[in-house]
Amino acid sequence: MFHIYCPHCCEYREEEEFHAAGQSHIARPLDPDACTDKEWGEYMYFRANPRGIHHELWVHAAGCRKFFNITRNTQTYEIKEVYKVGEKPSVVADEAK
Amino acid sequence: MTQDLSKQSNRLQEGGRIDRSKPLTFTYNGKQYKGFDGDTLASALLANGVDIIGRSFKYSRPRGIVAAGAEEPNAIMQIGSTEATQIPNVRATQQSLYAGLVASSTNGWPNVEMDLMGLVGKIGGKMMPPGFYYKTFMYPKSMWETYESYIRKAAGLGRAPKENDPDIYDKMNQHCDLLIVGAGPAGLMAALTAARSGARVIIADEQSEFGGSLLSSKEMLNGKPAAEWVKDVVQELSGFDDVLMLPNSQVNGYHDHNFLTIQQHCTDQFADRAPNGQIAQRLHRVRAKWVVLATGAHERPLVYGNNDVPGCMVANAVSTYINRYGVAPGKDLVLMTSNDNAYRAALDWHDAGRNVVAIVDSRKNPQGTFVDAARDRGISIIVGSGVIEAHGSKRVSGVSIAPLNDAGDAVVGPIIKMAADTVATSGGWSPVIHLSCHTGARPVWNDEILGFTPGATYQKQLTAGAINGAFSTAQALSEGVKVASDALSQLGLAKSDVALPETEVVEEGKAMALFHIPHTKPTSKAPKQFVDYQNDVTAAGIELACREGFESIEHVKRYTAMGFGTDQGKLGNINGMAIAAKMLNQTIPQTGTTIFRPNYTPVTFGAIAGRDCGELFDPERYTAMHAWHVEHGAKFEDVGQWKRAWYYPKGNETMQQALDRECLATRKSVGILDASTLGKIDIQGKDAREFLGRVYTNAWAKLPVGKCRYGLMCGEDGMVFDDGVTSCLAENHFLMTTTSGGAARVLSWLEIYHQTEWPELEVYFNSVTDHWSTMTISGPNSRKLLEKLTDYDVSKENMAFMDWKPMTVAGVPARVFRISFTGELSFEINVQANYGLHVWKALFEHGEEFNLTPYGTETMHILRAEKGFIIAGQDTDGSVHPFDLGMSWAVSMQKPFSFIGKRGMQREDCVRENRKQLVGLKTIDPKAVLPEGAQGVLDPKAPVPMPMVGHVTSSYWSANLNRSVAMGFVKGGLNKMGERVFYPLADGRVIEAEICSPVFLDPKGERQNV
Repeated sequence: MFHIYCPHCCEYREEEEFHAAGQSHIARPLDPDACTDKEWGEYMYFRANPRGIHHELWVHAAGCRKFFNITRNTQTYEIKEVYKVGEKPSVVADEAK
Repeated sequence: MTQDLSKQSNRLQEGGRIDRSKPLTFTYNGKQYKGFDGDTLASALLANGVDIIGRSFKYSRPRGIVAAGAEEPNAIMQIGSTEATQIPNVRATQQSLYAGLVASSTNGWPNVEMDLMGLVGKIGGKMMPPGFYYKTFMYPKSMWETYESYIRKAAGLGRAPKENDPDIYDKMNQHCDLLIVGAGPAGLMAALTAARSGARVIIADEQSEFGGSLLSSKEMLNGKPAAEWVKDVVQELSGFDDVLMLPNSQVNGYHDHNFLTIQQHCTDQFADRAPNGQIAQRLHRVRAKWVVLATGAHERPLVYGNNDVPGCMVANAVSTYINRYGVAPGKDLVLMTSNDNAYRAALDWHDAGRNVVAIVDSRKNPQGTFVDAARDRGISIIVGSGVIEAHGSKRVSGVSIAPLNDAGDAVVGPIIKMAADTVATSGGWSPVIHLSCHTGARPVWNDEILGFTPGATYQKQLTAGAINGAFSTAQALSEGVKVASDALSQLGLAKSDVALPETEVVEEGKAMALFHIPHTKPTSKAPKQFVDYQNDVTAAGIELACREGFESIEHVKRYTAMGFGTDQGKLGNINGMAIAAKMLNQTIPQTGTTIFRPNYTPVTFGAIAGRDCGELFDPERYTAMHAWHVEHGAKFEDVGQWKRAWYYPKGNETMQQALDRECLATRKSVGILDASTLGKIDIQGKDAREFLGRVYTNAWAKLPVGKCRYGLMCGEDGMVFDDGVTSCLAENHFLMTTTSGGAARVLSWLEIYHQTEWPELEVYFNSVTDHWSTMTISGPNSRKLLEKLTDYDVSKENMAFMDWKPMTVAGVPARVFRISFTGELSFEINVQANYGLHVWKALFEHGEEFNLTPYGTETMHILRAEKGFIIAGQDTDGSVHPFDLGMSWAVSMQKPFSFIGKRGMQREDCVRENRKQLVGLKTIDPKAVLPEGAQGVLDPKAPVPMPMVGHVTSSYWSANLNRSVAMGFVKGGLNKMGERVFYPLADGRVIEAEICSPVFLDPKGERQNV
């Protein structure tokens, strides 16, 4: 069970208070009507499933209700950092550098 | 000694940590025995000379106790004196003896002494190779259930109680600086160091007493018996407020981020049932800043012919039974070893006054302190040899000993036979690395100690003592201090001085890498050489698996079942890997290791469930009027966590009679529904209106204050996921309602879009579901009823359909919404929840003259279905967009912002012809009620499988219309009005229906516009 630091509450809390909400940094296209079906399909359904560093959106559901990002190693489950929505991760996978 | 030990034939006259003044009577397999306080069930059985404690999994061979701790593979017991207190899969070696304990073997039929299955094993030995179950029981598939029950009975898996467990189980959350697992020399020393330095410490040990290996040996610390040092340390530790000591507590799981679970046996170690009010078991959920694993090591038995005959044991277990429990489990011992350490078993046996027949050492020239001690006692040592086979069936009667070559893989000389009743063996020690593996760390092979040690981890974890291969007490003690010091410095705590106790100087010669003792015959023809006792995996089986092409140890494991079940390979895994490695002509590290997973030993469901059972299993949500519903005989249904009134039967009414009455009364006069469970979200901010326009499919820009509007909410895929009415309370203030079950999801949906996509919008959301009681009065007399409770003008002129007004109702401030889910004139009265019951009762006081009738969710469903109103989640399933529902009127494609769902519902598949569309279904036989879920076909005579065109989503008997009403999906249904669709049912009937508008009643809406 994860021990997660909420960047809004500024405290470590148990995983039970949080929900995972999928991959981070999936921006809604600014002009959806201009998207092709393929582009819209990519936005809706296609997600990375990396082995190693991954950026995930979580919400402090039973706490402050704020969404924030977690950089997590999907192999070791180590949480490398947490950062607020709108911020950029400081830890990224090697191939992404 | 004056006690009557006559029945305890193997009990020594003195010694052990048992209390001989407290004899205890217990029952095993229906027979009574005596033991002493301080015994385990295993030591008491051995004291009584009970050799056979079970039958083996596959071959049904008689089995005896092999070990003295958690690694025991055979003595798996069913414990419990009553049906309700049954506990399966308890290791006899871990169960403290108590007065009145009732235990039985979990396998063996009709009993362990005379086992009919054994015949199958004897005859079937050759017929049951590895993969036997896969090969034999695969086909025909339909027979599997028959095979399974037979296999389960034969396999001797324990059984769950058939009655409710009367005991209380508990959970506790703990936090600490340092969690120390294991209270042997390393763990105790680490705890002492950390405690003296002011750290918050939890130290847990599976045994009933702290001390670990020190309790089973004759070692001296500071010139005194080691047990005295243990006593002093335990006493000092118990004086610290911040030290929690947990004996009888198994750390079973090491989870992410230093979260560990500890199963503490509170009363089940001394009673069948917890004394009144006490907790039987407690699960500690620990979040530790640092973890010290001081879990020690398990001695590895050697693999030789018939090594499972009762009387074959692990060397260290022999010492433990003698030193700790005062039990010598036999008369004549043969010890086989590849190392010096195991000599202690023979020394203890000899010193207990029993006969050591011989020590058989695989090494040519053993030298060291213990070897010398054996020679001094005149014990015969046969060097360069091995026990290739044990003799006997229900108990060892003798052994065959033969000289081995230097590599230990071939017999090179004549066999000597010797009589003996006990064979103790040692192939060295395997560190207990299980917990370190739970978080994914791969163990690392260490050639020096011939075992795996914990691999690298990112957890804040330290290891000390035998788990690292530091097998001597001196090493364990100093590693204990070291890891505590490391943790303290990481925690920023200053370390206090701790003196290491003086240990005896012991010199040990080099051990030999030996796992599998060769026989004169090839392995496949030799007497069975067991690697994994619990799963009946033999050396020949592993060799066969390798010959059949299994190269990965993970596959060999799955094929042979090695390390499966409750055993988790504690004794056998390394021997198995060594045999596979040799077959594959590679090293053990090249062969790899399997990963151990939680839990280390079986955990009871009671401990896992804790108090989360019965009424506390899941919270139940009640409305403010719940007590009234109960009082008036309501039947309830679960909607999410809510208990909602379903219907209110009167007298002997059937459900249908009650529904008919409720439906007729509502449309004829007035009915009332408790709608408090509807999700309510308060939305405020200057951009609230803009936000609504983005999340709903219809327009919100011009909704004036005081008005309500129905809206559909879709996902980005364009599919409907919730609906509800939202009202404009003030220019920047709205109240959104959602389905009862969808409230939390909708709030989260609004939040994620606001926080991650449109943070620039100034808008705030708050759940106010529980703040309001909502009661809907519906029917032609609802206005007259409301007028009796308010001075406000609720006439059509002042309060039109889809208006809401603030007013006083029954003396209480209320928001009243003129919205309708029944198609009748309706008023939805919202008051502060605390006033809910008051207003509800006031309505009934004044409602008598109108025959005010309470109705529940079922009548609500019928009334709305008569009007063709959908229920999101019943008439939608995540695959239908508003156009499929015939609700294009609720979608505004002209809105400037591309609302959620707009792009999705224009995808190729969403705009194709012949999509399933929601239509009304009018059965040709008006009395026939379609079952919900029934699949429609256009041609009932078509060959099976018939092409299906869609299913029925809502279907009811309508008392108002005196016929059935239904809605469902039909491919291209909106263009098929008047056409027929058929519903072939499982019972052979075919119901024919006409496709029609879903609005069965009052299509012009005249009833609500009054």
